[in-house]
Amino acid sequence: MTNKINIFKRFLLVFALLFISYKGFAEEPETTPAAESAPVHQEGEHGVKPFNAGETIIEHVADNHQWHLFGHTSISLPVIAKTDKGFEVFSSSHFGHDGKEHYHGVNYIYALEEGSLVVIDELTDTVSEEATANLWDFSITKNAMAMFISMLLMIWIFVSVARAYTRNQGKAPRGLQSFIEPLILFIRDDVAKVSIGEKRYQQFLPFLLTVFFFIWINNLLGLVPFFPGGVNVTGSISIAMVLAGFVLLITFVVANKHYWRHVFAMPGVPVGVLVILTPIEILGVFLRPFVLMIRLFANITAGHIISLAFFSLIFIFGEMNVGLGFGVSILSLVFTIFMGALELLVAFLQAYVFTLLAAIYFGAAVDEGHEIHNHVDDHA
Amino acid sequence: MELVKPSIGLIFWMIVSFSIILFLLKKFAWAPILGMIKEREDSIELALASAEKAKQEMKMLQSNNERILSEAKTERELLLKDAREIREKMIAEAKGMATKEGERLLKSARENIQNEKMAAITELKNQVATLSIDIAEKILKSELSSDEKQKSLVNTLLKDVNLN
Repeated sequence: MTNKINIFKRFLLVFALLFISYKGFAEEPETTPAAESAPVHQEGEHGVKPFNAGETIIEHVADNHQWHLFGHTSISLPVIAKTDKGFEVFSSSHFGHDGKEHYHGVNYIYALEEGSLVVIDELTDTVSEEATANLWDFSITKNAMAMFISMLLMIWIFVSVARAYTRNQGKAPRGLQSFIEPLILFIRDDVAKVSIGEKRYQQFLPFLLTVFFFIWINNLLGLVPFFPGGVNVTGSISIAMVLAGFVLLITFVVANKHYWRHVFAMPGVPVGVLVILTPIEILGVFLRPFVLMIRLFANITAGHIISLAFFSLIFIFGEMNVGLGFGVSILSLVFTIFMGALELLVAFLQAYVFTLLAAIYFGAAVDEGHEIHNHVDDHA
Repeated sequence: MELVKPSIGLIFWMIVSFSIILFLLKKFAWAPILGMIKEREDSIELALASAEKAKQEMKMLQSNNERILSEAKTERELLLKDAREIREKMIAEAKGMATKEGERLLKSARENIQNEKMAAITELKNQVATLSIDIAEKILKSELSSDEKQKSLVNTLLKDVNLN
C-alpha cells in the first residue's frame, strides 16, 4: 500500500518537475543574460508579466523571508543575521514587497538573492562573496514561523488533552481527548511496542509521539491553503534533516554493544566478507536517517508541487484564452480535490512511516539479540 | 537548487524549538496522558478480572446450592422411605402381636372354660351323688317308715330275687 502510493507520488513528482523545468528552461535564455534587467524583459506586449508556473510553485514551496498572505499583503518577518561584525536584526519589509530592494544595515548592505540573504558590496553594488560566506542567516523565516505556530498549536492541544485526563480521571474520554487517544494508543501499541519491544518502548514513546504529531499536524497545516497553513514545513529539507538527525542521535545514544557489533563485525560472517559488509553497514547507519529525511521531504514537497501545478494550469491556459482557462479550472478543481484527498492520506501515512521506521531503528539499537530473526535491516 | 539546500537558520530554530517542545510535551502532556491511560487500563483490567472472579464465585455458589438442594432432596426421600418402612414394620409387628395375643387369650379362655366345665361337672356329679343319697335316704326312710312297707319292700325285693 505504502509502496504503491509512493511510486504513484514519485511518478507525479517527476511529471511535475518535468513540467516545471520545461517552463523554467523556456524562460531561462531570456532572463539569464541580464539578470538585473529581467523584470523589464519579462514585460509582455500588453505590459503584463507572463505567468511562470515554475517560479510561482517554487516560491510557494520554498522558504521565504516574508510570509505572503494574499494579493499584495504579506507579513514581514524578522531577519536575524550573524556577520563577522556581529549580529544584526531588522524587518524583512526593508527588502520591499518583491524583495528586490537593498537594506542598509549597521554593518553591511543586505539583499535577497533567490530567497537567500546576501551581502552587497557598497562600492561595486554586486554580491560580496567574501562577506556572504561569513554571513549566517538565523532569520525567522516563513517555515520557522509556521513551525513555531504549529508547535504552539501542539502544546495547546496536548496540554489541554492532558488536563482533560486529569479532570475526567477514570471516566471515558471525550471531545478532543477521544480523538487523540486512539492515535496515542496506535503509536504506543502498534508502533512502539511492536518495533521496540515491551521492555524498552516506554523510553522512546515521548519522542515518537512528538515526532508523529509534529509531522502529522504540520502536514495537515500544509494542506490548509490560507494563513497560518499552506507552508511547506515538513517538506522543508532543513526540518526533515533535523528530525532525522534526532533519530540518528537517539540511535547513537541508546545503541548497545550488540548493535555496534552487528555494524562493525556481523557475527557469523567470514572476515573476507566483513571487509565488504562493514563499510556497507556503517554507511547504512547514516543512510537510514538520510532516507527518512529524503522520504519526508520528497513526499510532502511533491504534494505541494502537484496541487500548485494543477492550479497553475488554469493560469497557463487562461493566458492563451480566458474561456480555456475557465474550462481547465473545472478539470483542475477535480484533480486538486482528488489530490487533496490523497494528500490527507499521505499526511498521515508519512507521519506514520517516519515514526514507525524511527521506532524500528531504535528497536534495532536496543535489541538484546535473543532471537535469530531480530536483525532489522530496513534500508527502505 | 534552493529547494534542497538546507538553511542554517531553519535548522537552528528547528533544533531549539523541537528540543523545547519535546521537553514540554514530555513533561506536561505525554507523562500525564500515558500515565492516566495506563492507570485506566489497569483499573479496567482489574474490574474485568474481579467481575470474572465474582462470576466464578457466583457459579460456584450456585452449583453449591444445587448440590445442597439435591442432597436435601435425597435425604428427604431416604427419610421418607425409612419412615414408611418403619411404619410398615410396626404395623406388621403390631398385627403379629395382636394375633398372638388373641390366640393366647382364646387358648386360655378355652382352657378356663374347660376347667370351669370340669369343675362344674364334678360339682354336679357330687351334688347328683348327694342328691341321690339324700333321695335314697329319703326313699329309704319313707319305705322303711312302717312295718308294712318294710314287709312289702322285702317282698318286692324277694320277688325280684329269683331263687335259682
